[in-house]
Amino acid sequence: MIRAMSVVLCLALPSVASAACTVVQGAETVYLPKGPASGVDVRIEGERITAVGEVDAAGCTVVDATGKTVTYGLTEVSSTLGLVEVGAERGTVDHTGEGDAVRAALRVTDAYNPRSSVIPVQRIEGITSAVVTPGGGRIAGQGGWVELAGTTQAQAVGASSIGVWASMGGESKAQGLLELRELLEDARFLRRKGAAYDSGNSRELAASRLDLQALYPVLDGEVPLVLGANRASDIEAVLRFAKEEGILVVISGAAEGWLLADALAEANVPVILDPLVYGSGGFDQMHARADNAALLHEAGVTVVLSSFSTHNARTLKQVAGNAVRGGLDHDAAVKAITETPASAFGIADRGKVAEGQVANLVVWGGDPLEIGTAVEAVFIEGQSVPLVSRQTELRDRYATLPGSPLPALSLE
Amino acid sequence: MSRTLFALGALIASSTALAEDAPPTAAELAARGLAQVEPTVALDAPTVILSGGTVMTANGEVFEQGYVILEDGKIKAVGAGAPEAIDGAVLVDTTGKFVTPGVIDTHSHLGVYPSPSARAHSDGNEATRPTTPGVWAEHSFWPQDPGLQRAVAGGVTTLQVLPGSANLVGGRGVVLHNLPHRGSRAMRFPGAPETVKMACGENPKRVYGEKGGPSTRMGNLRGQRTVFIEAREYKEDWDKYEAKLAKWQTWQDEEAAGVKHKKKDKAPEKPEAPKQDLDKDTLAAVMAGEVLPQIHCYRADDMLSMLQVAEEFGWSVRSFHHAVEAYKIRDVLAEKDVSVSTWADWWGFKMEAYDAVQENAAMVHDAGARAIIHSDSGIGIQRLNQEAAKAYHAGKRMGLELTDDDALRWITANPAWALGIDDQVGTLEPGKRADVVLWDAHPLSVYASAEKVFVDGALVWDAQQENPPWADFEVGQTIDVPAKGEGVEQ
Repeated sequence: MIRAMSVVLCLALPSVASAACTVVQGAETVYLPKGPASGVDVRIEGERITAVGEVDAAGCTVVDATGKTVTYGLTEVSSTLGLVEVGAERGTVDHTGEGDAVRAALRVTDAYNPRSSVIPVQRIEGITSAVVTPGGGRIAGQGGWVELAGTTQAQAVGASSIGVWASMGGESKAQGLLELRELLEDARFLRRKGAAYDSGNSRELAASRLDLQALYPVLDGEVPLVLGANRASDIEAVLRFAKEEGILVVISGAAEGWLLADALAEANVPVILDPLVYGSGGFDQMHARADNAALLHEAGVTVVLSSFSTHNARTLKQVAGNAVRGGLDHDAAVKAITETPASAFGIADRGKVAEGQVANLVVWGGDPLEIGTAVEAVFIEGQSVPLVSRQTELRDRYATLPGSPLPALSLE
Repeated sequence: MSRTLFALGALIASSTALAEDAPPTAAELAARGLAQVEPTVALDAPTVILSGGTVMTANGEVFEQGYVILEDGKIKAVGAGAPEAIDGAVLVDTTGKFVTPGVIDTHSHLGVYPSPSARAHSDGNEATRPTTPGVWAEHSFWPQDPGLQRAVAGGVTTLQVLPGSANLVGGRGVVLHNLPHRGSRAMRFPGAPETVKMACGENPKRVYGEKGGPSTRMGNLRGQRTVFIEAREYKEDWDKYEAKLAKWQTWQDEEAAGVKHKKKDKAPEKPEAPKQDLDKDTLAAVMAGEVLPQIHCYRADDMLSMLQVAEEFGWSVRSFHHAVEAYKIRDVLAEKDVSVSTWADWWGFKMEAYDAVQENAAMVHDAGARAIIHSDSGIGIQRLNQEAAKAYHAGKRMGLELTDDDALRWITANPAWALGIDDQVGTLEPGKRADVVLWDAHPLSVYASAEKVFVDGALVWDAQQENPPWADFEVGQTIDVPAKGEGVEQ
């Protein structure tokens, strides 16, 4: 599926670096596509990584990473960052529309707020990017890729449509798939008979013109339909549905995915999962296991790990650590929060510490998945990010008590 | 009111039979409410020597190479170096591993919001009126919740199960020992005090805002103060009654013993007991200091309001739960000896959770108050060690002086105190219950799993062998029959 997709991200962050280049130098370990390596420096020029390995640092700003670990920036693929400020306050919640069950034409990044206070909280812990997702309905809309920097949508939103988020849930999963089939069929119909539709000589369609047109990229295999499914039989149904319709899918949830590991691998369908979901939390995950991620990876499935959280997307590294605790190979776990989030959505120029890639980098004090490891530096599109958030500011405000009331202002 | 009025549990055995026609004391009524009808079957607790690895006592001492001896369900000895040999003891080599006290969670809804998630299982909030002090979480608790075994796999040996936070006073919590039993009563932690769940802030006003109120924070406070005023009158009625009862009983006893009363002394009238009220029982016992208040409260100013109510009615807050702004008033909490049960990093899901900081627990600890990491989650309870580790490292990065032992106390010794069972569990000390976890790596590491878990000296979880399911629910869920073919011909 990755071959079929090629999303081009266009970003234009202002460059603030004084030197023309930055070199992250002397790291003990750098996580490369081939695995962790030592003796590797990384040069950043503009927003790109321009050299990896033995690097000429002349004229560059040098970031001393001696004894440190470097990974690509982390991506949370199931979040509403920039779309939800306070979960319980409807007025601050923009990821879900209301009314029609089908809103494929909705581009959720239209509501993305790059100044959200939630963003720096994640950024200072190594989350550099996110897939922001719409919610609700049969088809929730189009999700996009954002970089957690920049102050405008033009700067932050890398791609406004990297997939269409849909659901087979509701009264009956069979009904859900039926409705999705009908929508795809009507999209094909509209494409064939657009003129007839416009002149009013068409049968009734299951959704509006814009919504059906928004499904063309799905029909063409340019972007996947992202479907939630946890139960093995539901995953099986989704795989069959995708094959019959000739479309790409990404399965989100996949709590019982290990039961269908070979089928998922053969169909080349990526899964987004939380390795902490195990045990009989519901009837759709009776067979959820702690080694789900490990078994899927061993079978050759593209595994993307997710916290399924917005305010605590920062727990992604802990999520990955728990996948390792559940048996997943450590390097695979790092890739599952850096590389596969990009590859699962067909994004070619992000996710790897490699020449030509967009320069999202994190310098860690040690093992990036261990709880005690501090983030020491974060680069997003080549820019160094200040390690400050509203939470660190609140902490500092109350470092000594009483932190409030504030002292009187000076009259001078 | 007598010291033991409304006290429960321990009184079952000690309540003495009175003359048949004697009216009951409050303590007797309370004891009747705690009848246990099924036997408690104790698990086999062999003598076990855990030796060779690190022993973290949660009591200030860490033995790099130490031992813990479990005998008769109790901790017999803890120390550095090699232990004495004991005939017939099971020796567990802990080299490279870590022994800690059992993990204690002060905030769980296991059993009252059990898995599998189902509408029929939603038993945690009696959201029919804003104050329900008379409901008991143990009466909702489903002992077949599969989450209990997941929790023990995470090293959790004791948990407080609480009603939800819809109500200003949500009802009684229950402190449970994490052992499989057929009913909640047999799971009750022996000798643990009763607890009560209260809530302030957004939840009650959200739930009742369009159902008659409260709809505001001031409405919340009126609701709470009102029920305490009523309970105070109730308590006074019972105090008066019991004083009369004591006089009447003395007279009866004297008559029975053949004491001659003077003619002018009239026999005291046999008093009639006030009508028992479950709601007021709970709050009267709070005012008597016999039920430990566990208060759901996020914002600093809300917590200050609740401390005012506590002062007004003469009781103490035992633990604020969630308390994401505790860091703003940590000096007050330390001074009043209130513990703080919080998360490492939950925030932002509602306005009152907007000012959370990851250093909250560490700052509270640093100020001299008792910090606790709780779960409030069927998933989180499976790895409280990791949550404590997050809060710990946030504090260390801030520059606070903290030790591994401090962080361990946040999930062991301090929750034991909040639940009033710190004399029995929470640290590795001789004489305490043998609630012990053997971890396969440092417990503050993301890679650590509980390898063996002991409750009262019985091995209840062992990652190195097949663990039969505790919950009936999980029995018989995997009966696969291989298919012969791949479909039918049509």
